[in-house]
Order: sequence, then structure tokens, then C-alpha cells
Amino acid sequence: MKYQSQSVAKLYFIAAIGLFVGQILFGVIMGLQYVIGDFLFPYIPFNVARMVHTNLLIVWLLFGFMGASYYLVPEEAERELYAPWLAKLLFWIFLFAGAATILGYLLVPYAELAKLTMNDLLPTMGREFLEQPTITKIGIVIVVLGFLFNVGMTVLTGRKTVVTIVLLTGLTGLAVFFLFAFYNPVNIVLDKYFWWWVVHLWVEGVWELIMGAILAFVLIKITGVDREVIEKWLYIIIALTLISGIIGTGHHYFWIGAPSYWQWFGSIFSALEPIPFFVMTLFAFNVVNKRRREHPNKVATLWALGTAVMAFLGAGVWGFLHTLAPVNYYTHGTQITAAHGHMAFYGAYVMIVLTIISYSMPIMRGRVANGPKAQVLEMWSFWLMTVSMVFITLFLTGAGILQVYLQRYSDTPLGFMVVQEKIELFYWMREIAGVIFLIGLIVYIMSFFVKHDDEVTA
Amino acid sequence: MKETFTKGMARNIYYGGSLFFLLLFFALTFDTVSELPDRDNRQAINESVTLGKKVWEVNNCIGCHTLLGEGAYFAPELGNVVKRYGSKAAVKAFIMSRPAAGIPGRRSMPQFNLTEEELQGVADFLEYVGGVNTEGWPPNIQG
Ligand code: HEM
Ligand code: HEM
Ligand SMILES: [Fe+2]
Repeated sequence: MKYQSQSVAKLYFIAAIGLFVGQILFGVIMGLQYVIGDFLFPYIPFNVARMVHTNLLIVWLLFGFMGASYYLVPEEAERELYAPWLAKLLFWIFLFAGAATILGYLLVPYAELAKLTMNDLLPTMGREFLEQPTITKIGIVIVVLGFLFNVGMTVLTGRKTVVTIVLLTGLTGLAVFFLFAFYNPVNIVLDKYFWWWVVHLWVEGVWELIMGAILAFVLIKITGVDREVIEKWLYIIIALTLISGIIGTGHHYFWIGAPSYWQWFGSIFSALEPIPFFVMTLFAFNVVNKRRREHPNKVATLWALGTAVMAFLGAGVWGFLHTLAPVNYYTHGTQITAAHGHMAFYGAYVMIVLTIISYSMPIMRGRVANGPKAQVLEMWSFWLMTVSMVFITLFLTGAGILQVYLQRYSDTPLGFMVVQEKIELFYWMREIAGVIFLIGLIVYIMSFFVKHDDEVTA
Repeated sequence: MKETFTKGMARNIYYGGSLFFLLLFFALTFDTVSELPDRDNRQAINESVTLGKKVWEVNNCIGCHTLLGEGAYFAPELGNVVKRYGSKAAVKAFIMSRPAAGIPGRRSMPQFNLTEEELQGVADFLEYVGGVNTEGWPPNIQG
């Protein structure tokens, strides 16, 4: 570690992993509720489990992005963090606000939580992914602004690199688009239209900049390839991302009341969105093949390559599958959507955070890389989680194809609940794959506790 | 990969391309918003619908259901539920009659203990959403 203050990242990464475990536990609970409908009812209804699952995901990814920034920005800027104390303070505020919100979901009925937090003053609750009480949302804004200030000052007063500029652009975009979470008109079409400015412009816009910057940083470090080369790739990737992804928002505007021209704009531009993900895969393999040194952290390289491949599969391939309007007409809001959501979030954002953790955590613990035993265990967790996520996706895709056929495509469409019972087998298989994912996650955590042997520390 | 296509060119495409398409997106959004009055059934919005949307939100209905295809996939689409059930009264009766302890072995909807006014609001809200021009989605009444 070049700068002392980089070590605040450790706190963020530990919290991220802890919340990840919570996310997956609730995923497994929901997977069971899909087949045993009244499991934990009425104590943890499905909608509560779902909020916990998705909100924990978002919060831990944000912890991951912040940790990644605190780690890589000082090293890139060649100076200590502007205010390490602020990073620590914001960490505890964010953790506390996050934990309180999740406990709120679990301990009080949602309507009660809305009342307690005075949702009526500025109603923002009760929309998918944005279920947080308004005061939590305000808290998120404050934490993110403080974080941006800290990271921004470090960049501006230090060496500016393409990696940090792109990262900062992505993070600023994250903050700006989140502000649309506060816009909640009664008009459902306007509500939905701008809701996507948070959700789509995050995952298919500014978050890809963050992802690209983190990937570029890790690849510079582990391959030793010339920065100029990597920066050019990064520019190409993010150019393609925004050129396709901004208008690509239109793939959510087909059936929610927006004008019909969105079927053309949305289909054409979102069909281009896989390209930046494909280029990212080319980039990662190309750079690793041209490596100028053998970094002892093999497993970090595995994560970096895995991210590129899985993001392309989940976002690129599974996204393309249902993005053309005539196809989306049938698949909209089915298990196909869930299949894609899972592999895309895992492949792109879970894996990029695990990549930077894999690279930086050993360094923050005082070694270049972990010993062979710990690395092998971590590789096991990589394969267990990644392969089981592939199977979760495949089973949900199977369920989705049947659902679309039985409920929407055949000449004698069946009711929703009738169809759900018919495709139960796929949900059972998804649940088994989910349990294996959880085992993979446990193995991942175990890999941090393997006693370090000093051989590779050089 | 070298010389002919430089980093500077990539950077310019990034800045120029992003700015251009962001502006195009704003323009399209402006046009969309101005076309919406003819499409989004806003004339149906009244006090009851407003209350209904609030009830919909503070009970997190979207955590199980889809509405115009967005939300969760655990329970049926509700954008067209008034049509599917035939009347708002039938929708209200369904919501009202959910057993508090659930239905053994089946996906169960919570009993929200809504007042008559709130029930009417949700039903009016769902009817209003049903009047949005969705370009013919969903493909059939099953949602
Ligand atoms: C890493 C990037 C991505 C992530 C994390 C992601 C995630 C998601 C999620 C969670 C949803 C469901 C949203 C909801 O609950 O309503 C969704 C929907 C969708 N995504 Fe993505 N996505 C990504 C990239 C892409 C790409 C590149 C494409 C197109 C090529 C795409 C196409 C779609 C479409 C068409 C839908 C709407 C599905 C429907 O109509 O139900 N996504 N995405
Ligand atoms: C043990 C593994 C997991 C299981 C069993 C599981 C299960 C589920 C279930 C049942 C839903 C709700 C679907 C619905 O609305 O009906 C869901 C939603 C979701 N999960 Fe998971 N999950 C798991 C892991 C993950 C992971 C690792 C991620 C992130 C990478 C993730 C991200 C999401 C997202 C983004 C949604 C919202 C999807 C959408 O709206 O399309 N889940 N999950
Ligand atoms: Fe999207």
C-alpha cells in the first residue's frame, strides 16, 4: 500500500461482504417462498424479503464502489486522501442508516414505517428499488455528497489520470441521477418514465463508467501494461456505453404509456448496448495476454477476466435476448427479466467489486498476494458462485420461456397463478442453485481466514 | 491498435458522442412529456386516485406484483386487473377478503386492513392505470 489512508477501504469492503451475506440469505428465503408460498408468512411476506434482498444489494455495491474509490484514488492521485476522518465518519453513518432501514423493513409493517418516517411530507416510498424511507434517501444523498467531495478534492489536488476522471464522472452521475428518486408524481406514466432515470441510467450508464475505471485500475496493476494503451480502451468502452445506453433507456418505454416511437429508438440503441460489454471482454483478455509481469495474485486476475465475461453474458447476451420491442411485448415483466437481472447484476457489479477486493485486500493486510491455499479457496468460491449463478439464470430462463408461452403466447392463455404452479420444477432447481451460491459465498469468506504463509510475500 | 486510432480520438468520441446523445435524450423526453396528455389518462386523476396511489405505495404492492409489467414477478399483473375481474367491486372484495394468516401452502397476500375509502382509492387507482395507452400491452387479459 502506497498511502496510509487507502486503508479506509478495508472497512468498506468488510461491510460490503457482510451485507452481501444478508442479501443472499434473503434471496434463498424468497426462492423458497416461490415454491412454498406461505413460508414465513405473515412474519416475512415476500415483498419484505424482496426489499431486503434488493436494497442490501444496492447498499453493499455502493459500499464496494466507495471502498474501491478510497483505495484507488490516492494511489492514482499520488497523495493521501483529502480527509480520511470524513471517510470513516461517513462509513459509520451509512452503515447505521442502512442497518436501521433494513431493520425497519423487518420489524414494522411497511405502512407503519411510512408513517413513522413521515413519508407524507415528501412521498418517495413504495417504488421498486426505491423503497427506502425518504429520510434514508436524504441520508444517502448526504453520504454520497460527502464522499464525492472527499474523493473529488483528492483527485483535483493530486495527479489526474484518465482512471480517476472516469471514475469521478461515473460517481457524479450516480449522485445526480439518484435525485430523480425524489420525483414521485401521481401521474403513473411520469412516475415510471423518470424512475428509469435512476435505475437504467445507473446500471446501463454511469455505473459502467465506474466499473470500467475499476477494471482498468486493476488491470494496470496486475499486468503492468502501459497506461496509455489501457486508457485508450477505457475511452472506447465508455464512449460506446453512453452512445448506446442513454437512448437505450427507451427499451423501458415500450408499454408504459410513452409515445410509440420509443419502440424504434429503444430497440435500435439498446441492441447496441452489448457492444461495450463485448469490447470490455476483448480488453481484459487482450491486456492480460500482453502482460509485462507475473503478478502473484492469480485469483484477482481470474476475477477480472470473469467480470468481463459474465458482464457480457448477463448484460449483453441476456439483455439483448429481450430488448427488441416485438420480443419484449411477450417477455416484459416475466421470469426472463429476473433471469437477466440476476446475471447482469452479478456479472457486472458484484464481480467488479469482488475483483477490487481480491486485488487490494491482501495488500491492505500487508502482503502482495495471499498464499496459495487462500488463493485456491478463493478460486473455488469464484467457480461455485459463478457457475451457480449461470444455473440460476438458466433455470429462470426456462421458467420464463414456459411462462411466456402458457400465459401470453398460446391460443388458450392460462392465468398467472395456474402457470406458476405448472413451472414449479424450475423454481425448485433455481433454489438448489441458490443454496450452492450461498455455499460459494461461505467458502469465499473462509478464504480470508486461511492462515497466511509467507512464501509468496515478495 | 496503435497510431492510426489515438487515445485523443477515443476521448473526443466519448465526449462528443455522450453529449450529443444526452441532448437528443433530453429532446425526446421533452417531446414525450408534451405528448403524454393524450396518452396517460391524466383526466381520470382525482382525489380518490391520489389516495389510491398512496395506499399502493405505502403497502409496497409492487414488492409482489407488476404494474404495467414493472415490479416483482411473484403475483399477477395489476395494470389490467379491473378488466380481468370485471369490476372495481370484485377487486375490492378480493383485497378485503385476504386471510390474515395466509392460505396454507400457497402464495398468500397480506391482509392490509384498509378502510373503505382506501379500498375505493386503490380500485380507482388501478382503473386509472388501466386507462393508460400501453400500445396494446399486455398481449391478453391474463396479463
Ligand atoms: C450491467 C448491466 C445491467 C444490469 C445490472 C441490468 C439489470 C436489469 C434489471 C434488474 C432489470 C429489471 C428491472 C425491473 O425490475 O423492472 C432489467 C431490465 C431490463 N434490461 Fe437490463 N441490465 C443491464 C444491462 C442491460 C443491457 C445491456 C440490455 C440490453 C441489451 C438490457 C435489457 C433490459 C431490458 C429490455 C429490460 C426490461 C425487461 C422487461 O421488459 O421486463 N439490460 N435489467
Ligand atoms: C441465492 C441466490 C439468489 C436467490 C435464490 C435469489 C432470489 C430472488 C428472487 C426470488 C427475487 C424476486 C423475483 C420476483 O420479483 O419475483 C430476486 C430478485 C432480485 N435479485 Fe436475487 N436471488 C439470489 C441472488 C442474487 C444475487 C447474487 C443478486 C445480485 C447479483 C441478486 C439480485 C437480484 C435483483 C437485482 C432482483 C430484482 C430483479 C428484478 O426486478 O428483475 N440476487 N432474487
Ligand atoms: Fe435498461
